[in-house]
Amino acid sequence: MVLLQRPHILLLLIGTHQFLQCWIAFGSVNEEGQKQEEFSEELLLKTLPDHKLLAHFHFQSSAPPSTSNGCHHHLFPKAISQLVQKFRIKEMELSFTQGRWNYESWGGFDPKSSSNAKPAGVELWAVFDVPQHHIDASWKNLTHTLSGLFCASINFLESTATYSTPEWSFPPASGNVRYGTLPCEAVCTENLSPWLKLLPCRDKAGIALLLDRPSLYRGFYHSQQLHLTSTGSSSEGIDSGIILEQTLTVVLQPNSEMAIEVHASEKHIQPSWSLSSIFGKQVSGRCVLAKSSSVYLLLDRGLSAANGLTSENFWSNPSFELSANPDRIFLEESSSHSKSLSILYMFQVEKYCESEPFDIGLMWKVPLAWFCQQTPLHASSANSKDGSCELRVDVFQVVPWYVKVYFHSLRVFVDQQPRAVSDIIEKIHVSPSKDKCLLGFLRIDEYPPDANQGFDIPSAIISFPNFHASMVFLEDDSLNKSPLLSKFQEKCPVMPYTEVLLVPLTTPDFSMPYNVITITCTVFALYFGSLLNVLQRRVAEEERFLKAKAAKKTGRLPLLLSKLSAKLRGRRLEPLHSPPSSSSFINSKLVLKVILVAGLAVGWQYFFS
Amino acid sequence: MAETKEKSLSDEKPKPRVRPIVRLGIFLISHSFHVSVVCCTAGVLALFLLPVLAKNTYISENALMPGSASPMLSNQHVSDGNRLVKDLTNPNSKSSETGIESHKIIAQYMLDLGAEVSFHKFHPQMNQFHPLHFFSSPDSGKIQENYSCSSYGINTVGIIRAPRGDGKEAIVLVTPYNALKSGFGEALSLGIAYSVFSLLTQVTWLAKDIIWLVADSQYGEYAAVAAWLREYQTPKFSSLSAPNAEMCPDVNNLFELKGHSISGSKFSNSFRRAGTMAAALVLKVRDQNEQFEDTISIYAEASNGQMPNLDLINVVNYLAVHRQGLRVNVEKLWSLLNSSWLKSLGEIFESLAKVAKSLYPKWKFGIPATEYVEGTATLASSLYYQALGVPTGPHGAFRDYQVDAITLEISPKFSLDKVWRNDILLRGGRLIEGVIRSVNNLLEKFHQSFFLYLLTSPSKFVSVGVYMIAFALLIAPLPMVAASLYVDANSSSKRSKGDSSTPSAITDTDEHSIAIRSWSPTTSFMIWVLLSILSLLTLNSVLASPLACAKATQEKEWALVKSVTISSVFIGLGLMSVINFATAEIGALLMVPMCLLAQPLKLDVRAGTLRSFCRMICNLVLGHIAFPPAAFFLLKGMLDGFGNANVGDFWMWVESLWAWNSATYLFIGMVQLPCWVLCISILFHTC
Repeated sequence: MVLLQRPHILLLLIGTHQFLQCWIAFGSVNEEGQKQEEFSEELLLKTLPDHKLLAHFHFQSSAPPSTSNGCHHHLFPKAISQLVQKFRIKEMELSFTQGRWNYESWGGFDPKSSSNAKPAGVELWAVFDVPQHHIDASWKNLTHTLSGLFCASINFLESTATYSTPEWSFPPASGNVRYGTLPCEAVCTENLSPWLKLLPCRDKAGIALLLDRPSLYRGFYHSQQLHLTSTGSSSEGIDSGIILEQTLTVVLQPNSEMAIEVHASEKHIQPSWSLSSIFGKQVSGRCVLAKSSSVYLLLDRGLSAANGLTSENFWSNPSFELSANPDRIFLEESSSHSKSLSILYMFQVEKYCESEPFDIGLMWKVPLAWFCQQTPLHASSANSKDGSCELRVDVFQVVPWYVKVYFHSLRVFVDQQPRAVSDIIEKIHVSPSKDKCLLGFLRIDEYPPDANQGFDIPSAIISFPNFHASMVFLEDDSLNKSPLLSKFQEKCPVMPYTEVLLVPLTTPDFSMPYNVITITCTVFALYFGSLLNVLQRRVAEEERFLKAKAAKKTGRLPLLLSKLSAKLRGRRLEPLHSPPSSSSFINSKLVLKVILVAGLAVGWQYFFS
Repeated sequence: MAETKEKSLSDEKPKPRVRPIVRLGIFLISHSFHVSVVCCTAGVLALFLLPVLAKNTYISENALMPGSASPMLSNQHVSDGNRLVKDLTNPNSKSSETGIESHKIIAQYMLDLGAEVSFHKFHPQMNQFHPLHFFSSPDSGKIQENYSCSSYGINTVGIIRAPRGDGKEAIVLVTPYNALKSGFGEALSLGIAYSVFSLLTQVTWLAKDIIWLVADSQYGEYAAVAAWLREYQTPKFSSLSAPNAEMCPDVNNLFELKGHSISGSKFSNSFRRAGTMAAALVLKVRDQNEQFEDTISIYAEASNGQMPNLDLINVVNYLAVHRQGLRVNVEKLWSLLNSSWLKSLGEIFESLAKVAKSLYPKWKFGIPATEYVEGTATLASSLYYQALGVPTGPHGAFRDYQVDAITLEISPKFSLDKVWRNDILLRGGRLIEGVIRSVNNLLEKFHQSFFLYLLTSPSKFVSVGVYMIAFALLIAPLPMVAASLYVDANSSSKRSKGDSSTPSAITDTDEHSIAIRSWSPTTSFMIWVLLSILSLLTLNSVLASPLACAKATQEKEWALVKSVTISSVFIGLGLMSVINFATAEIGALLMVPMCLLAQPLKLDVRAGTLRSFCRMICNLVLGHIAFPPAAFFLLKGMLDGFGNANVGDFWMWVESLWAWNSATYLFIGMVQLPCWVLCISILFHTC
């Protein structure tokens, strides 16, 4: 501790303008001692078959396991490390997504799409390293913390209708997982800003400079993710290393203003693009804190096959032209079942500076058409060897408790032929709602804020446990392996998501509580009024008084009125000489006066208008 | 109430403390005659006052924001639409017998725009009567087996996915199109839809998916849309489609050809879906038109008088009138427009309103007499089509799934030059674009405005709170009269209660006689009448024999029967007003006076006074009018002239009610006919 403390003090003495150099010097001092915190930034670009461009930003920061650092970090965001330590998170993924991933034209089987295609809204899953009975509590706390951190209503995930415990159908499955989604969460800049704050250079330098908000949110798909993995010994918790991957995947339309007047003849040629035309910005050098900073351009297997590119002639491509020369080119390790190979062009941002900003453009010369790799559902027949094609599919879906799912009505069709459920389905596990049950109607607080839109049923995850998407590139040196490349080589599970379902349920009139309150108040007022009236009335005395009063006057009108009221009361009309009982409340004089005044008013009005 | 009355009458000296509400009830019952006269007159009067009481429509949902964005549909899109119209009206495209060529053209156009396209093959389904499926969606579980290859239709469906939407909701645009004998109007409607569609593939504001359904209307517009909706709402994974496609080479051919296309990735053989439907618009263009103005007609009535949300009509009306300069009209009974009595009634209301206004300037309820007549004509047609319970267009199929939908029929002033065609394409397209944009703005589904209303003009409506009054006034005296009759009959002779077995028996005869079909309408109608009379007479002689033998002791028996009749009418009307209000209203107009007035003719003849003579005449007239066929002929004769009224028409009318699952059919069979028979039996009662 003493040894570490000293450079800090020294640093303060030197002053701020030399901050960075000093810091780097400090970093080199300690290099032999222990592993250092690292940060790397990468950008992957890929043209998609339907004239669109996929840009995938990948920022990785890692904090090594160290007892010495305590809770101090140089590069690593403190909020995240505190989060990990507090809730003992082993692994966590949070994604904000807008738009739909188009599995058919953007692919569903390559490592990029299978890890980046997320359902619309917010998805969060986390693996905890705490005893079973504490998991739910830490999940709730985690959602609240994250909602504060990312300015989103992630705290709604604490309600039991939105999250669940996948037992075996979700790939990082273990008992300690909690998985939840909020399909109706809108994603906007206010979620991106806190996400950018976790980067050491924010969006002031390096590749993150490209993150121009208007052009990002103009895209067709926008998914911003945060993946946390804590490594190292888990028992102490304090000295676990953390790897934080922040990725942002956007699908953009290059030169969208041109697309409107594209005619049928030019429709098949891919639009040319450059970084500056897509994002409106250029990269003026790397983020100085980054260990590596590079931009990759990926050519699909399908594209390189359509292009006629093989391992020999990839330098001289006939169909397109790159505005900058790649620093290195990676070829995919050839596998048995596919002839064509993916090609990865790498550009190092370090070489560029403010005066000579980095920009890369791609100009197409020949119209090309190709397809992305689909999910194995479409490609499965090729994988069978002995004729019997077997495919394991796991489906996992969280259905809110107010939607009833009847499993007896489940029918399975294979190749449009109905099959017995027991032949196809090995295992169904339903974990019913434990704290709620349907009583015929929902309570008012169980409705979503805009209940008349309907209820969202989150998308199901379909995973193929026997299939893993990976792309292994031939590399000469494994020493400075970039995180993105190693990510490619990892076997990541293939998990397409289904679309979100909107169920329009009947909703009550939400102005009803107001009506109920009004009616109840009226009834209460009437009740108490009449009760008081009854309590304070002296019947005999009143009658005597009325008789005395009515004996004095008799007239035509009161007689008539008394007749009517007597009929209303169901009594016989008493003889004329006996005083009418009802004249108490109908004062003839008053009525006459009122009629006189009204007549005068009418006449006046009629006369003068 | 009746019991208390009885009690109060039995002991002459009333108890000093009877609760006021009971006293009021007794008062009303004992004065039931005056009450019923007052209430009935007031009810009829209130019905005629409805056009005066109609309020101006307003857009209730703020999120709709119609017309707040300037239309983006440009001449480029219009010329695209024109291209499609030209291709479709091209004689080459009609060479194929099945009309598949034109479907291919449409599909190719959709594909060129980058939309997802699929064909939906359907077989027209036979209508089946589901007596109690008033508001539930039609069940799709039944799969009919024996489809023949020759009879199927093909819907072409194009879907635009909203670029940034989440695909939870969709807006449907339907254009009925008969490939075999399509008029120019249908091609034009496709042109309008296509120009809107081509715009919508480019816009960025889309939040909901857009489905364009070109419904094959060779088996009827409704059948095509209903078949597509059935498939959309209930996924059918059956193996039916595969063998059928093999059997029918035509369809196979169709699918194959499309697969070749270069952008064929967007074409799929499987059924395509988007999210929950937010609203649907059916677009039609009428072929021939004599009007001097471009008008647009709105049809909104779905099955059993269900209406779409008023906001949808408001948006269309607002955009058409204030943005595109089209004239909007809703269906009206044209023959009512020239009726002089209505005009004089309107003048009376107008002058009354003038007097009221001169008395107090803020009382402004009067409307000009011409407007009143038009309002009444519209109201009458609105009431009639709601009462009929038969949807007025393909939009009715959507309402069965609780989707708000209307049919827009554009009838352009007739002219053939190109400028005019472009103009109608532009204006129609901009109208559709505006409506779609408004619906697109919606976060929640339509729920703000009214669902229960009657239109008196495209911009005026009568809400449920107002039109209920007329009905309530009409049926209010029924329980009182029934109670007073019962009390009277009981007090005079405390004998057995009247037999109420007759109504049920009559109902039965009505039900099973409907099974006769396959004759010409006239003969089957006659057979039905004969059979019912026969069965009625036999049943009467068998079951209602106590009625004949005990006549000496039961002088007031007819009063009991009348009381039973009135209460059953009351119950029937009350139930019907929940299911289909308009039917109940018209039924009340017909039946309430008859039931209230019914008295044995013999009594009136015996009495011989002027009053009883009048009552007898009234009874006879009402007894004729309230008989459903007679009422139908009278109405038809009044509207179309008596010359072309045919006996079989009624049979056809009832059959159409049956085919469309209308609740009105049940009402006529189970409430109106039995009660009419009871009334007739009262009239001819031998007392």
